[in-house]
Amino acid sequence: MKKFVGLALVPILFITGCGGNDGSGGEEAGGDAEETEVIGGDAEDATELTFWTFNEQHIGIYQPAVERWNENNPDRQIELTAEVFPIDQMNNNLRLALQSGEGAPDIADIEVSHFGSFLEGEPQFESMNDQVEPVLDDMVTGRLDLYSKDDNYYGLPYHVGASVMYYNEEIMDEAGVDIDSIETWDDYIEAGKQVTENTDAMMTTIETTDQFTFWPLIAQQESDYFNEDGEVTLDNETNVETLQFMKDLIYEHEIAETAPGGDHHEEQYYGYMNDGGAASLLMPMWYMGRFIDYMEDLEGKMQVRPLPKWEEDGNRTAGMGGTGTVVTNQTENPDLAKEFLAEAKLTEEGNIDLWTELGFDPPMHSVWDSEEVGESNQYYEYFHDDIFDMLLELNDEVEGLNITPETSDATNEINTNVLNNAIRQESRTPQEALEEAADSVRSGMSDE
Amino acid sequence: MEPSTSTDTQRVRNKRPSKLTAFLTSRKIAPYVFVTPFVISFLLLFLYPMIQAFVMSFQQVLPGQTTFIGFDNYERLLNPTFYRALLNTSVYVLFTVLILVAAPVVLAVFLNSKLLKFKNFFRASLFVPALTSVIVAGVIFRMMFGESDSAVANEVLGFFGISPIDWRYGSVSGMFLMVLLASWRWMGVNILYFLAGLQNVSDELYEAADIDGANPIQKFFYVTLPSLKPVVIFVSTISIINGFRMFEESFVFWQANSPGNIGLTVVGYIYQEGISQNDMGFGAAIGVVLMLIIFIVSIIQLKFVGAFKED
Repeated sequence: MKKFVGLALVPILFITGCGGNDGSGGEEAGGDAEETEVIGGDAEDATELTFWTFNEQHIGIYQPAVERWNENNPDRQIELTAEVFPIDQMNNNLRLALQSGEGAPDIADIEVSHFGSFLEGEPQFESMNDQVEPVLDDMVTGRLDLYSKDDNYYGLPYHVGASVMYYNEEIMDEAGVDIDSIETWDDYIEAGKQVTENTDAMMTTIETTDQFTFWPLIAQQESDYFNEDGEVTLDNETNVETLQFMKDLIYEHEIAETAPGGDHHEEQYYGYMNDGGAASLLMPMWYMGRFIDYMEDLEGKMQVRPLPKWEEDGNRTAGMGGTGTVVTNQTENPDLAKEFLAEAKLTEEGNIDLWTELGFDPPMHSVWDSEEVGESNQYYEYFHDDIFDMLLELNDEVEGLNITPETSDATNEINTNVLNNAIRQESRTPQEALEEAADSVRSGMSDE
Repeated sequence: MEPSTSTDTQRVRNKRPSKLTAFLTSRKIAPYVFVTPFVISFLLLFLYPMIQAFVMSFQQVLPGQTTFIGFDNYERLLNPTFYRALLNTSVYVLFTVLILVAAPVVLAVFLNSKLLKFKNFFRASLFVPALTSVIVAGVIFRMMFGESDSAVANEVLGFFGISPIDWRYGSVSGMFLMVLLASWRWMGVNILYFLAGLQNVSDELYEAADIDGANPIQKFFYVTLPSLKPVVIFVSTISIINGFRMFEESFVFWQANSPGNIGLTVVGYIYQEGISQNDMGFGAAIGVVLMLIIFIVSIIQLKFVGAFKED
């Protein structure tokens, strides 16, 4: 049967097809932006700039920034095209564009846990030093350091990202707990027991597919995935104990459960929280926008407080998450793009917008006590009007994070293996889970 | 004789507008002209990237700094995550091949039977999944197999008194989801292959079997199956290859990261390391190893079923 010989060719044809993620999943892999918004389209002779982001919300500060810029610079008008992509897709598109040397936007948002890997090799971004240095004294420098390499600042931050505890006051009242009496994690556990006894709600939820429960908790104790020299500290004692603590909240104290859907950015979770599923939530300040967008029923019921302390003189918060906005080296107008980005992020007006438009705690501390920040807005209405005073108190206690090229590797280990194996499946002890992850990250570091 | 020959040549000459056309349509050259488009696309789109990927697998690829690092990438490949990906993929291949060969044969025989009513309706409805986007199908599957008690799959289990399952978090149920999605999706296509194969089975063989007093089951095993052997080989070959390069079925359930890597496939690992973690050299090394694996498995399988034999 000669025709079978021809069949032997079939595998070869198919094999060649798999040399690199071919397009059969193309609906997600390549593809267009989910949403495109053109800002400043009415400007005359405007220079076009493109901006990629993964969070539609972020566009909010560029709208007023473009208006300001075009008013102040009549002969250098700007038209900004903002394109929103899902985060993985945006990272991949940007990475391939930077690697291949074409197709990158002028300006782009990069989430902090991926930023390190974008700085490997020669960073394909414009150094922002000439814009940053004049205002450096007014900024929370720890946030700029996250996005820097070899004394060059590449990314500009959106926020300080102070982690806080959001309490659902209605449930806490029903349980008979005064939230201001919760000062330490022991108090928190006691309060949690009261909540589970007296109400149908759980005290809190714990993420198993994302890191915003684990990372803030260890960062609050000044631990991290890496130390200052970039060495892996994922399996240090603090981290192991913290992971055990998270596990105990669920299985020993029975006051917490795993977040429905896996993390706090899932439809399932929003519905659960909105229906009063849990009495509190540990997330950074920037999560306020999610409450307003996805959990309408909780308006006026939520209170924001510092995190419970681990020790008497311990920190009450941790700077968490973040996004650096960069100007890529493929822009045709580097000066214009850089000056415009500085207008959006390094001016007082821009930082006030970060708060009023996005509800972010702005990284320029000179605006914290300004009049505009004190004015009522949707965030004050939803979360009561004392939130900013609390932030002011906390900002001294925000520690920096150690971001390395392997941070995305460590994040990946935490999100796929550590939390799942130690907490959801209980197939590993916290010690084992973290050691395995640390070894895996170390082996990936090779000898660069 | 002389005059007639000259008119002949004249006529022929008139029919040939140019030397180039003559050259291209000559018996020796024409076949090459016809295969050129394929050869060019093969060289540009397959062979060049393949060689490039092979070279890259010995490099550390960073923007502006590409260095040769010897076998480092391959050494790092020997890690638990890769083994997990390989295991997942192998199990997936095994199950999809078994299901996607056995079930379509049986279904095709039913669909081919003269006794079956509404034949076209069944054929169409079994084929429709192949036309749906796997992303869309994945969204529906994810909802059906949600963790809540009210998700369809858990409702059904509840009906039989079984407690709800966290489908997307267990390694067994996770594999079940991927195999189920793939089976649902490719069943119709494979039925089509077998239906086509069944049209070639001669009626005389069945008549002869009838005369020998064979029952329907004997007819299936002794007449139908042997006649379908070429189709079985073809379908199992493409199922193996598609299984090894599977990516979407896992991606739609968990995106890039699955809990405990229960849904990590080899191609998913290429994507994760090469693109998401910015380590293209390592990604390329995984790709090269995957290519070797598919090649070896396919050769063994074809050898095993006797596809190389001249008979």
